[in-house]
Amino acid sequence: MFSFEVGSLLNIGLVLVVGLVVSIMMIWVERRFLGFFSDRLGPNRVGPFGIFQVIADALKMLTKEDWIPPFSDKFTFVIAPMILPIVMLLSLGVIPFAPGIGVMDLNIGLLWVFAMAGLASYSTMLGGLASNNKFSLLGALRGAGQMISYEVFMGISILGIVILSDSFSLREIVQAQTDGWFIIPQFFGFIVFMVAGMAESHRWPFDLPEGEAEIISGYNTEYSGMKFGLFMIGEYIGMVVLSTLIPVLFFGGWLAPFGLEFGNEIISGLFWMGAKTSFFLIFFVLVRAALVRPRYDQLMSYGWLVMLPLSLVNLLITGAVVLYQAG
Amino acid sequence: MFKAIGKQIHIIWSQIVTLWMVFLHLFTKADTVEYPDVKPYMFPRWRGRIILTRDPDGEERCVACNLCAVACPVDCIALQKTEDENGRWYPEFFRINFSRCIMCGFCEEACPTHAIQLTPDFEMAEYVRQDMVWEKEHMLIQGTGKYHDYNFYNVAGKAIGGKGKGEAQNELPPTDRRSLMP
Ligand code: SF4
Ligand code: SF4
Repeated sequence: MFSFEVGSLLNIGLVLVVGLVVSIMMIWVERRFLGFFSDRLGPNRVGPFGIFQVIADALKMLTKEDWIPPFSDKFTFVIAPMILPIVMLLSLGVIPFAPGIGVMDLNIGLLWVFAMAGLASYSTMLGGLASNNKFSLLGALRGAGQMISYEVFMGISILGIVILSDSFSLREIVQAQTDGWFIIPQFFGFIVFMVAGMAESHRWPFDLPEGEAEIISGYNTEYSGMKFGLFMIGEYIGMVVLSTLIPVLFFGGWLAPFGLEFGNEIISGLFWMGAKTSFFLIFFVLVRAALVRPRYDQLMSYGWLVMLPLSLVNLLITGAVVLYQAG
Repeated sequence: MFKAIGKQIHIIWSQIVTLWMVFLHLFTKADTVEYPDVKPYMFPRWRGRIILTRDPDGEERCVACNLCAVACPVDCIALQKTEDENGRWYPEFFRINFSRCIMCGFCEEACPTHAIQLTPDFEMAEYVRQDMVWEKEHMLIQGTGKYHDYNFYNVAGKAIGGKGKGEAQNELPPTDRRSLMP
């Protein structure tokens, strides 16, 4: 039972605890790095380097009044914030962290992640609808439109990988990259996937469903206390899922670059996976610090007029090359 | 078509440049100071907590003229004039409601006697709102503040006990109008 094989109790506990702790610590890491990027120091008061800031934040959220608006649809209002963290944790389950580390090894792992990302948009939509508030409704509308359209290119952009690795299983995709990471043959796929992934998890600069300058706080305007906290944590878990998915799909997952493998393959795998994930986590913070939010019509036209053709061309060329090589 | 593609490449390029420039800020020094540990340098003319000063002889400078109360845009100064046995005017009470004061410094500029002055102290937070209302005994200091030599009654024409008409600096003795014969 307590062994390093996919789905063992130890593995489940490890992934759950580490995934949650990393996601929650990201709140602090993000605030610190946003501070550094804007020539500030960020929160550094609570504990060494401020690492206990998250605890202070959580205490604040838990002791806040948990208000359910009397004009809302109460059942849906309570359900909506739970959906996001649950589906995000579920998609974290199929991520292969190292040989033998992971919760599930599905042969349709990639589709599972997409299904879960699709379900996550219900959280936004139901939350906005149940709030019975104009701004929430606007945010939910934006969220629904954005997620549905960007899911299209997200799916198409990784079909090239499926062609190259001949599998939907994330573990086999990593194994297929032993001879070379997919970032080189699938560079445009990577770009589309990253942009679409950011839009999908409505990270900045694609936080139009929240858009606090325009629609207060969008779909979570009416949420307070820990219900809002769940939305926030769900978003951060989504960020972690995205930052693990990109290395798995394009950067060789747990495989060490330039043969820099050391020790046993689990330790080295966990190290490289962690390093690649951290890189992308920090990169997303940098994107948040640097880029401005597009207008909604720009977002849509960028998606349908640039991302869709790019991903289709990428898919066509990949297919043509694979067919040509097969003779 | 090629124009459109070129435009997209330009857009992406400008985003990458933005990312790079913001990334470089990781290695610059923070512009902020860690305030409670590191105190910022406060300039002497900073407009902060208000004090009432005394003249070089140690008497209260304020003559209760009410000019500061009139000048105050938020009407947060309240005072009542009274007189001592020498004929000096002074405020019976002098009250500033610091929860309303906007530290504009108009009172300091209006004051004819340099009595009311603003200081570089800004740490005035209180837990109880009523504690923001300061009375004369809280604001009256022993020293002269920013103006060390100024003594209003020594240059003013008003006669008080110990100083008659015409005895102030640069003041001529009073003229007897009836002796002004051509
Ligand atoms: S600083 Fe301005 S607001 Fe404050 S007491 Fe003086 S005149 Fe009034
Ligand atoms: S502080 Fe100055 S302006 Fe105000 S009453 Fe006293 S003398 Fe007059």
